[in-house]
Amino acid sequence: MSQEKIIAVKNLSKKFGNFIAVNDISFDVYKGEIFGFLGANGAGKTTAMKMLIGISKPTSGEAVVADFDVNFQAEMVKKNIGYMSQKFSMYDDLTIKENITFFGGIYGLSRNQIKEKTAQLISDLGLENELNKLVGDLPLGWKQKLSFSVALLHEPKIVFLDEPTGGVDPITRRQFWEMIYAEAHKGTTIFVTTHYMDEAEYCDRVSIMVEGKIEALESPKNLKQQYKVTSMNEVFLKLARNVE
Amino acid sequence: MLPILFVLPFVQLLILSNAASFEVKNIRFSYIDQDHSKASRELISKFQASDYFNIVENFASKKEANLQMQKGKVDVILEIPNHFERNLLTDKKTNLSVSINAIDGAAAGIENVYISQIINSFNQKIRSQLYQYNDASYIQPQSIISIPSFWYNNTLNYKTLMVPGILVLLVTMISLFLSAMNIVREKEIGTLEQINVTPIRKHQFIIGKLFPFWVLGLVILTVGLLIAKLVFNIPILGNIGLIYLFTSIYLLVVLGIGLLVSNYTETQQQAMFIAWFFMVIFILMSGLFTPIESMPDWAQQITLFNPIRYFVEIIRMVMLKGATFSDITKPFSIIVFYAIIINSLAVWSYKKNN
Ligand SMILES: Nc1ncnc2c1ncn2[C@@H]1O[C@H](COP(=O)(O)OP(=O)(O)OP(=O)(O)O)[C@@H](O)[C@H]1O
Ligand SMILES: [Mg+2]
Repeated sequence: MSQEKIIAVKNLSKKFGNFIAVNDISFDVYKGEIFGFLGANGAGKTTAMKMLIGISKPTSGEAVVADFDVNFQAEMVKKNIGYMSQKFSMYDDLTIKENITFFGGIYGLSRNQIKEKTAQLISDLGLENELNKLVGDLPLGWKQKLSFSVALLHEPKIVFLDEPTGGVDPITRRQFWEMIYAEAHKGTTIFVTTHYMDEAEYCDRVSIMVEGKIEALESPKNLKQQYKVTSMNEVFLKLARNVE
Repeated sequence: MLPILFVLPFVQLLILSNAASFEVKNIRFSYIDQDHSKASRELISKFQASDYFNIVENFASKKEANLQMQKGKVDVILEIPNHFERNLLTDKKTNLSVSINAIDGAAAGIENVYISQIINSFNQKIRSQLYQYNDASYIQPQSIISIPSFWYNNTLNYKTLMVPGILVLLVTMISLFLSAMNIVREKEIGTLEQINVTPIRKHQFIIGKLFPFWVLGLVILTVGLLIAKLVFNIPILGNIGLIYLFTSIYLLVVLGIGLLVSNYTETQQQAMFIAWFFMVIFILMSGLFTPIESMPDWAQQITLFNPIRYFVEIIRMVMLKGATFSDITKPFSIIVFYAIIINSLAVWSYKKNN
């Protein structure tokens, strides 16, 4: 893992009216790492992520993502990142093939590139027989693997995953994390939120967000040492309890 | 969905154009004939001959007649006064009294028109007769029988007038609702957010989103015009290309409004509510059901902002009057202007990040 920053966040805040969803957070993410973005429900993870991917304007502060400023160059940021939303958001009424073609097209892939990518993606996921099935008819686990692969179509430098494994079985989760590892291996930076503490152990570094603030940022190993516990689960509980 | 999209509007076109025609039939007609003369009988026989009136009663007194009208048994009472014929012959002037049950104001207005028409034609005939009688005196009798009367369109024209108008409504409603709903639906299911994280340009997205509805609007216009021609036998006197030219710009206005609505709403319910709000005002102030000239001044001013008003105006002018481009340059340039304004607003208010 290099020490080259690919995300640099400085004093980033987001307010909804009087409510401060993200409160003055600062952190860096390095190229090629798997960065776990943890926090309880409502901690502000999704809100922070949306600012980093350029679909939500920060109330204050700045962030540079893949060398572009989210305040002024949001569209350039978008070219260099992939995003998988917390809510499944491909077109249920289109087939797998149509969805791939559509999103590939939006990212400006050529017809040939789309063809190649489709073939590769389908064989990686073992979806040969489902190619012309409606996406809406797929089981949740497959949908999630598919949207991860679609988020990678344009070979982004960073991919943002918002609870990618929410609601799927342990086997599928394991397979999903294998996909994440494979992608990280190619040098793609992974920015992932999760509620599963076992998944947090797979990350190079994690941040723990509590009520809009980042309360801890370390490798899982260091965090466990620091809090003198044996699992990330206990770290998480200790931190959440401290704040209450 | 596709069959519904096409079938429903045309069922509407068929039903509405028939139902919304302002013809009133089977009017229950009664009279009080106090004159019992040749002229009075002749006048009554004119009503008898008309398709619109059923003569239900011949009352002896005004009091009895009024009682029956209050009970709702008759719609119209014609009172022919004493010396009707004599006054006609000697003074060349006389009075008739007509009472119309105006509980249904619209129907009453139309009944009034029918009655006026019959009396007028009677008028004309008597006049020419009198003219012969008084040949030597060279007196030009102006109006022999005076009744309050106002002039309307020929009632038989209503369908011709309504079908193009209803076609306008269909084209407008379908394109407005579908475009507004469609984009808000993507907000609801989250695909819009997914689109917003891609580097797609605003105008690419908007054109991609609205183009299908633009085509759909023109298809509906085409099928509607065919129905107008083949089923209703509505004349298309003007250049049909002019209608298409106008509609293609007009649709941009409507789709722009749809996009605007979807930009400011989060759910399909909200979008539906707002789209209906505009639609109802647009329809009522389009001049389709109420002539614009008979609206109060302030309302007439409001209609100037109503795109449907111009479409109704133009489609009627082109189809029924055979207007050419030079006749419609004014409404045409207004709609071009609106298309530019509305779409600039819509594109500006469509935010890829907020
Ligand atoms: N558009 C909005 N308007 C007002 N409040 C909002 C908005 N979006 C999020 N919030 C609030 O901001 C807070 C943080 O929300 P966010 O979705 O970022 O949490 P999260 O950490 O992603 O939670 P979860 O783990 O449940 O996904 C919540 O209290 C939420 O209600
Ligand atoms: Mg979230």
